[in-house]
Amino acid sequence: MIYSLEVKNLRSGIEQKEILKGVDLALKSGEVHALMGRNGSGKSTLAQTLMGSPTYEVSGGTAKVFGKEILKLETTERAKTGLFLSFQYPSEIPGVKVYSYLRMLHNKSHEDKLSPKMFREYLAKKMELLEMDPTFSERFLNEGFSGGEKKRMEMLQMLMLEPKVIILDEVDSGLDIDAIKIVSRAVNYLIEEHNSSVLLITHYSRILNYIKPDFVHIMLDGKIVKTGGEEVASHLEEYGYSSSELQVPAVKHEE
Amino acid sequence: MKNNQLKDIRETYADKFGFNMPEVPSSKAKKGLSEEVIREISKNKGEPKWMLDYRLKAYEAFIKKPMPEWGADLSHIDFQNIYYYIKPGDVEKRTWDDVPENVKKTFDRLGVPQAEREYLAGVKAQYDSEVVYSSLMDELEEEGVIFLSTDEALKKYPEIFKEYFGKVIPSADNKFAALNSAVWSGGSFVYIPKGVTVKRPLQAYFRINAESMGQFERTLIIAEEGSFANYVEGCTAPVYSSDSLHAAVVEVIVKPGARFRYTTIQNWSDNVYNLVTKRARVEKDAVMEWVDGNLGSRVTMKYPSCYLIGEGARGEVLSIAYASTGQHQDAGAKMIHAAPNTSSSIVSKSVSLRGGRTSYRGLVDVAASAPNAKSRVECDALILDSISATDTFPTMRINDSSANVEHEATVSKIGEEKLFYLMSRGLTETEAMGLIVSGFIEPIVRELPMEYAVELNRLIELEMEGSVG
Repeated sequence: MIYSLEVKNLRSGIEQKEILKGVDLALKSGEVHALMGRNGSGKSTLAQTLMGSPTYEVSGGTAKVFGKEILKLETTERAKTGLFLSFQYPSEIPGVKVYSYLRMLHNKSHEDKLSPKMFREYLAKKMELLEMDPTFSERFLNEGFSGGEKKRMEMLQMLMLEPKVIILDEVDSGLDIDAIKIVSRAVNYLIEEHNSSVLLITHYSRILNYIKPDFVHIMLDGKIVKTGGEEVASHLEEYGYSSSELQVPAVKHEE
Repeated sequence: MKNNQLKDIRETYADKFGFNMPEVPSSKAKKGLSEEVIREISKNKGEPKWMLDYRLKAYEAFIKKPMPEWGADLSHIDFQNIYYYIKPGDVEKRTWDDVPENVKKTFDRLGVPQAEREYLAGVKAQYDSEVVYSSLMDELEEEGVIFLSTDEALKKYPEIFKEYFGKVIPSADNKFAALNSAVWSGGSFVYIPKGVTVKRPLQAYFRINAESMGQFERTLIIAEEGSFANYVEGCTAPVYSSDSLHAAVVEVIVKPGARFRYTTIQNWSDNVYNLVTKRARVEKDAVMEWVDGNLGSRVTMKYPSCYLIGEGARGEVLSIAYASTGQHQDAGAKMIHAAPNTSSSIVSKSVSLRGGRTSYRGLVDVAASAPNAKSRVECDALILDSISATDTFPTMRINDSSANVEHEATVSKIGEEKLFYLMSRGLTETEAMGLIVSGFIEPIVRELPMEYAVELNRLIELEMEGSVG
């Protein structure tokens, strides 16, 4: 079985401090895996480590995208395998126009280059899907964007790249319910049209009403401590992370 | 490894931008500078006596003036190892068909877009020291606009010429202005009559194409009352081994209510000393804008200035400096507020990489006779690696308490975070860096005519190659 994303015993951290203490995950094409856990449990570290952030150092384990080991690859090369990370805190890039940037992304990730006119139409459709004002394409990438606008810009970039493996790092944080619906629409579009698989990192089960998970994982102190179906999320909603259901000793403080 | 990469870049650079075109000078003047050389230049050009006297007087000043001891290192300039005047084999041409093939080829390689070529009838190209092609657009002529090589203008319009020449920048202003005044050759002369708006930019392309040849072009611009025009010059230079000197002088007179913009993109090869004096006299309610891009060269010292001598006058400088290995860009601006209600703005962006050095050197001077002056200075430096450097030397001389002067300076490095973000979208490190740099200088690039903006971005992409790792 070739998984779209397969992580085995992944360990990583900052300098001497290990944050991920052996993570295992396996996603098949078209599947949605929700990854939940409180602040500091290592969810974002997992996302960043998989994408190759220079902040984190891998100390063990493997990660494969469609059977290809990615941990030794440059971030650029990881992206080329079809891996995409929607950042929790996207960088602002002053002076770089959204339109020309997205055109660059599109040209790099597609064999067929669109003419400027065709690309404009293509872009307009994607922006419509995200209910973004057309003037966004004339702004500078993320510069001065609100939290919600940044998340939509992440989704727009995702639609340009049409990735096969999508990691969403708290794409729902700070979004109202309407914005969550819009973001979910973009993700569901890729699941349906491109059979993409999704690792959905979130604090709250709210978004799971719109992006239906096949599995829900609970992360605690750098490990996945529980895996199940949607019922895990509902249980969490009700009892919180300190529930004895999680079958691990309560952690005194995190962050 | 690093050296090989640099070599590769130079080779691509030469190939892409068409440096090292064969030169076609018919007779080369002797190397070195003397009274005799100056007399020969003046005689060759058939100049009036006053110009010869002016040159000789300037030569005296040049000898007396010490080398500037501040700013960049100029100790390697050998004045006796430079040609001061080269007359190309071709005389001035009237029509495009007459322009030599190799000059046309140079335009090709500069990537002048097709649309632009249609206007080439109005482009003045300085090839070596003399204008080989110069043809006035009919519409300009009809409006009474004069756009000629400076040498031609001296012959055709001696009165206007004498009235304004050397008035904004006296021959003894500084050592290099004095040198230019002694040996100047070529450059543009622009006269915009009262109330005339020139919609299309007046363009000139400059090249240095003879080894060790100094280029001493002299530009004189007069914008009469209420007129409006935009002058654009771009420079590329061939890559040669021995040091080369470019010491130009640009004088601009902006009469009451007129607005003039002077745009320069210079991309000298990295052996050129680029020491240019640019100054504008800005009269009542007039606006002068300098847009100045300094790429390439070994050393650049250039501080476009505005003397705001009329009430309500405004001066602006937008400048980009880009310094790589072995390069020092010492650039900035000067704003002299000498009348009430004058305003100025300086925006300077610099990028240093691979051991390059950029310096911002600026002066804002508010005289006691200039109440309610406003000035805003913003200088931002971007450093791409740990072996490159930048520094800032802002000077403020404020003699009036009602002045409102702001100064803002930032120094930043390209953050790993930003690179990671862009690379996660499939861009290579080089592309990501190029994008960040282009974004950084965007506020100035957007003020450039399209083809220059394209050329500049292309150049930056090219420069980024090999700067990574």
